[in-house]
Amino acid sequence: MIGLQHYVTVSAILFVLGVLGIFLNRKNVIIILMAIELILLSVNINLVAFSAFLHDLVGQVFAMFVLTVAAGEAAIGLAILVIYFRGRGTIAVDDINRMKG
Amino acid sequence: MIQTIAFYLFATLLIASGALTILARNPVHSVLWLILAFFNAAGLMVLVGAEFIAMLLVIVYVGAVAVLFLFVVMMLDIDFAELRAGLARYLPFGMVLALVLLCEMVFAVGAWRAGGVDLGHRLGATPADVPNIEAIGTLLYTRYLYIFEGAGLVLLVAMIGAIVLTHRARSGVRPQNVAAQNRRRPEDAIRKVNQPVGQGVEL
Repeated sequence: MIGLQHYVTVSAILFVLGVLGIFLNRKNVIIILMAIELILLSVNINLVAFSAFLHDLVGQVFAMFVLTVAAGEAAIGLAILVIYFRGRGTIAVDDINRMKG
Repeated sequence: MIQTIAFYLFATLLIASGALTILARNPVHSVLWLILAFFNAAGLMVLVGAEFIAMLLVIVYVGAVAVLFLFVVMMLDIDFAELRAGLARYLPFGMVLALVLLCEMVFAVGAWRAGGVDLGHRLGATPADVPNIEAIGTLLYTRYLYIFEGAGLVLLVAMIGAIVLTHRARSGVRPQNVAAQNRRRPEDAIRKVNQPVGQGVEL
């Protein structure tokens, strides 16, 4: 029988994969954004699984808000990416040093 | 039984496609693996009884976010081979960090199973005889109405922000000026002359 542990395990593995993706593709902003989407997806799986197994609907409502923020984040992030590429001709993270930060 | 098989199918495909998302050489393939991951996550959520979030995942993530990613990846002309150069260098550090994170999560689950976290308090108990979408709608439009409208505001700000960021006023084009066209009167544009015969026209 599939229990809450199974879902939490899948979600944890997906979260770790997302964090690993950020570190493996440190130069490519697009893959980093996709890894962030993976992390948010694992959070959503976690919320929905707990909501279903604890019979509490608030988790699903919160998952919807996480989805909203993820969509907004992707839109703004890709817009910044497009204008950055338009100005510099590259999206390598190492080259983003104009502000000397 | 069929539920167990379906869970393991969805979970395996989800983790495999998640791993291929971060490992694929071509970013277009990465986006396609990401779409597969979203579909499988939606399958997991259907299994658990959250149909609304599952459909939202397919519509919003696959239909909007993933297509946006695909659009941007294909629009930008980027040398991706150069961007992947440091992969082997970052692998050990990334693996160590991922292992530490995984160990922390295992500890957290262990603490929860040992009874360290109290999860007995229900904020919004799931109604027994009401479909999932109806129950979520009832909760969303009553108790969480203001937060729901706040989420709409977040999306509005994101939309306006993305448009303002990527909009550029191009020079060298002659756009239509509707106000100037509407302001124009016949007396400004038409001149009546009594043209004498045999002379040239003054323009």
